[in-house]
Amino acid sequence: MENLIASVLAATIVAGTPLILVAMGELVTEKAGVLNLGAEGMMSIGAVTAFGVALAGGGPALAVVAAMAAACLMALVFGFLTLTMMANQVASGLALALFGVGLAAFAGKPFESATLPMVAPLRLPLLADIPVLGPALFRQQAMVYLSWLIVAAVLVFLYRSRWGLVLRAVGESPTSAHAVGYRVIALRYAAVAFGGAMAGLGGAFISVFHTPLWAEGMVAGRGWIALALVVFATWRPLRVVLGAYLFGGVMIAQLFVQGSGLRLDVPSQLMSSLPYVATIVVLVLISRNAHTIRLHSPASLGQPFRPDA
Amino acid sequence: MATLHDSRPGAPRLALRGIRKVYPAVVANDGIDLAVMPGQIHAVLGENGAGKSTLMKIIYGVTQPSEGEIAWEGRSVRVTSPAHARGLGIGMVFQHFVLFDTLTVVENVALSLPGNPDLADLARRIRAVSERYGLPVDPCRLAHGLSVGERQRVEIIRCLLQNPKLLIMDEPTSVLTPQAVRTLFTTLRQLAAEGCSILYISHKLDEIRELCHTATVLRGGKVTGTCVPADESLASMARLMIGKELPRCERGAADGTGEVRLAVRGLSQATADPFGVALRDIRLEVRSGEILGIAGVSGNGQQELLYALSGEAPLADAAAIRLCGTAAGRLTPGRRRALGLCFVPEERLGRGAVPHMSLARNGLLTAYGSGLLRFGMIRLRAMHELARHCIERYDVKCGGPDAQARSLSGGNLQKFIVGREILQCPRVLIVAQPTWGVDVGAAAFIRQALLDLRATGTAILVISEELDELFEITDRIAVIAGGRLSPATPTAQTSLEEVGMRMSGVWPEPRPAIDEPEPDPDDGPCPPAGELEPWARRHATGKGHSHAA
Amino acid sequence: MLLELEARPTASRRMRVLSPLAAVALTLLASLLLFAALGKEPLAAFRVFFLNPLRDVHALTELLLKATPLMLIATGLAVGYRANVWNIGAEGQFIMGAVAATGVALAAGDGGAWTWVAMLLAGACGGGAWAAVPALLRTRWRANEILVTLMMVYIAQFVASWLVHGPWKNPEGFNFPQTRLFADGSLLPILVEGTRLNAALPLALATLLVAYVFLERSFHGYQMQVAGEAGAAARYAGYSASRAVWIGMLAGGAMAGVAGVAEVAGPMGQLTESIASGYGFAAIIVAFVGRLHPLGICLASLLMALLFLGGEQAQQFINLPSSISKVFQGMLLFFLLGADLFIGYRLRFARAANPGRLSWKT
Repeated sequence: MENLIASVLAATIVAGTPLILVAMGELVTEKAGVLNLGAEGMMSIGAVTAFGVALAGGGPALAVVAAMAAACLMALVFGFLTLTMMANQVASGLALALFGVGLAAFAGKPFESATLPMVAPLRLPLLADIPVLGPALFRQQAMVYLSWLIVAAVLVFLYRSRWGLVLRAVGESPTSAHAVGYRVIALRYAAVAFGGAMAGLGGAFISVFHTPLWAEGMVAGRGWIALALVVFATWRPLRVVLGAYLFGGVMIAQLFVQGSGLRLDVPSQLMSSLPYVATIVVLVLISRNAHTIRLHSPASLGQPFRPDA
Repeated sequence: MATLHDSRPGAPRLALRGIRKVYPAVVANDGIDLAVMPGQIHAVLGENGAGKSTLMKIIYGVTQPSEGEIAWEGRSVRVTSPAHARGLGIGMVFQHFVLFDTLTVVENVALSLPGNPDLADLARRIRAVSERYGLPVDPCRLAHGLSVGERQRVEIIRCLLQNPKLLIMDEPTSVLTPQAVRTLFTTLRQLAAEGCSILYISHKLDEIRELCHTATVLRGGKVTGTCVPADESLASMARLMIGKELPRCERGAADGTGEVRLAVRGLSQATADPFGVALRDIRLEVRSGEILGIAGVSGNGQQELLYALSGEAPLADAAAIRLCGTAAGRLTPGRRRALGLCFVPEERLGRGAVPHMSLARNGLLTAYGSGLLRFGMIRLRAMHELARHCIERYDVKCGGPDAQARSLSGGNLQKFIVGREILQCPRVLIVAQPTWGVDVGAAAFIRQALLDLRATGTAILVISEELDELFEITDRIAVIAGGRLSPATPTAQTSLEEVGMRMSGVWPEPRPAIDEPEPDPDDGPCPPAGELEPWARRHATGKGHSHAA
Repeated sequence: MLLELEARPTASRRMRVLSPLAAVALTLLASLLLFAALGKEPLAAFRVFFLNPLRDVHALTELLLKATPLMLIATGLAVGYRANVWNIGAEGQFIMGAVAATGVALAAGDGGAWTWVAMLLAGACGGGAWAAVPALLRTRWRANEILVTLMMVYIAQFVASWLVHGPWKNPEGFNFPQTRLFADGSLLPILVEGTRLNAALPLALATLLVAYVFLERSFHGYQMQVAGEAGAAARYAGYSASRAVWIGMLAGGAMAGVAGVAEVAGPMGQLTESIASGYGFAAIIVAFVGRLHPLGICLASLLMALLFLGGEQAQQFINLPSSISKVFQGMLLFFLLGADLFIGYRLRFARAANPGRLSWKT
């Protein structure tokens, strides 16, 4: 029984980690007032890049860095379109998503039957021996610990540092920030780039650490779910973590059901569709209250910023 | 006039020479010369659209001039950014405040200071400055909870903390009660006495005469003259500002006996918006053939009241609003229009008109009931005809019915929107901020149009922050403060000072009305007048007056 | 900066038409670069990709066949997009339309020469019902329709997958995940002998016409346009926001559903797991490139169909994966969004005057 709880927890954490990574990036981007819907595309690019680099013998670390760079580059294209060319953010984000997924499918064609060796998890000494929690939390991949560090860093940045304050101000009212003298566009570029790097990181985790193979569409909507997560968490980092792990739990529900030995005659497709249904439910729950959304959402989200000539 | 590069003691602190700013559609500033001495309160006077804001943006580094030179304390400079301006010693208090609602006062101030200031120390400094200059403010409050007057104080303190040598005030009194204006002037005089120069941007002639040492007058982007306001008359300054006499409106006397077209009783509405104002027991009446004005500084519930009246925020109590006798509190805007209500909103582009659509299609926005539709399809010719007629009748300078709404100047677009509503022959017309941001000529035109409409029997409700305007065109005036509405008094029987006092929320309540019957739609001229008389009598005998804010 | 952007006083109407053309030109140019980068001879590859699908009449009918569902879906989507109703889940509504039609076909069995009419109606209802869910969630609970419609795409894929693996699997199909082949009456009638063009094409053209009249000349269409361009103005005028959402979503959903029928009762002739072929997402691009206008959509669908077919040709003849189509489609949209900048702005050389320079005028 203990083993079951530990392994369920561990699997939940693994399933939730890519969501945390992508959602953290998107949260910072949206806090600056930019809505980047292209997470799915950036994740796919990250996944295919990481897999390709690892397959070519680059090792997991290099693969991760390459993935971050590639996704960041895509994000900067989006940034250029929306911040400098002042295109509609929704349409541009969709374009990024479609293009990214398509490009990843195209670039990943040669990889379709390849597999990578599993990367060994990183056991944290001492901590890993705590009963139940030890195996669950502290025998994870290095990326999982990295995701926790990133959450902490984002928290400190947004709420304890000056530039985090400026970023939040930019997201709330870019015209005011501009009038006070801050470089709104430059800050937004930085936020978008960070969002891209995180999405790449999330994608790399999926293709190199989680299931070390490549298949077209393997990101399977997790980029979109991460976007929903940010709304669900009302743009607060710790709630994102909570939501990500909840979703992780839903995603592995299928395995849990099978593993627990319950003989349920439920079609596998129903179980597989649970995360998507859950996303819808969660969105409805959080959107009902317009008051909450208004209070926490960055006021300028999605609107282009046009500095006066 | 002192030359540009002059560091003698009598030299100007700020000197502009030949400043020119060209935008794609307009030359905003054309060859402007300006000199501000130390310790001087220097007015920049001009009507809306004269180029004052652009000039200030150039001085403060928000934008760059196309041509011309700026000299600061005798040395030629190029102000590259607001941070650079602040470094030079120039501070600016914007007309539309640049505070971040979800941050506290201290955090807001910290954002505009260089480096990473310690928040506790900063709060102490804020308190010190606020006490010294009579600008009470609590550093730890969230910005969204501040009143408009308090926001302005934060803006001023923010500038003062950097020990400015030049303070630019952009239309500072447009959001203040008359009493608060007095307080502001005291502060400004104190600053000037200490050697700070002040650039005071305004179009309000009497304030400039009261406060400023000299004035530079702008018209159409050029300087038309400089003067010492105290030596001039209002008429002579007006002539410098607009090239002719200030237009006066022709008004007949109001009847006061028309039937009640709009009656609001016990209108209360809590607000879901965290930054909004709750309405409490609003009561008003507008009769046929009269104009009722509602004065008040923005942020006291005008927005919420307008949404409730127009139908965009339906009420729980249907009978709280009666339009020509029908209970309308829960009707949609479309249904209220069908009852004869028309509405000119405060925001022109984006609400009163769709920016990228042509004027013709914008006419369709609310005037669709005037024969522009058949079987749900648009009658294109009728639509164009309406727009053309509106353009002609209301003197809208534009590129024709197919011109995009956003290509019009503020004044012309406002004339079009007002015209569109008037052409629907409304029984009740509600107008919010009728001449905000509108040039003097268009403003006079609009006010006259409202007066003419009144003569045809329409009931008109005007909500405005410009007291002068209300005193010019309304028959009765009420004041909205903190979500409550004062009783209405005949305009001829009250004064600016008195209205100003009521704007701080204190007014004599009428004697509690004893069981007033609901106005019967079939009833003759008037509902019971009992509510107005006791208050008027009390006022005449000087009892029950309120104290200063 | 040497070059700077300057706002135009009024939006340039010429650029509204030119920018899609510029985007196409840029995409074609980029294709040459891409082919070269992939180690193929650029001009030859260009010919295979872009010109092969146009080589003869038969190929042109295939082009029209491919363009038809795009026209249908994009028209429906455009109605919604004009009102800022972002239906991104046309792919899922397409699938559910196909599913509904399949249900009718399987129930009808072998009988009936007019079953296909019922199937078209069923498809419209199926797609419409699938779009009604996000419409309801948005109007009742303000849930963002972009995310909801997308989630429902995945759910629809699972529904279809379950059906073809389970209840609707063809008992004589050697256990492949697909349904029985449809009877003749359950297939759309062929328009031209020897081709695969079917009744869906005139239906698509009719849809374009109806959409044009609705959007340009009807008051409801006007209301939706106002809602999309200036939400506050629509509220001020009293236009019903929820009606705009319902019309927008149902139009997109129903049309996507009909497109699904066109596919399943057309070239495919049965429901399989690969019913989802990316039409729903490609139609989004078609709607944008077509400027949300029926005429533009007609032309853009042909272009997009060309890109699809080009990918197939590339796979067959020059050994490039067919997913290269998606790369070009995404590129096209990017270039369009970039070119659109010039509708509102133009490039200018920076003014020569240097305000900071001393000038010794008296």
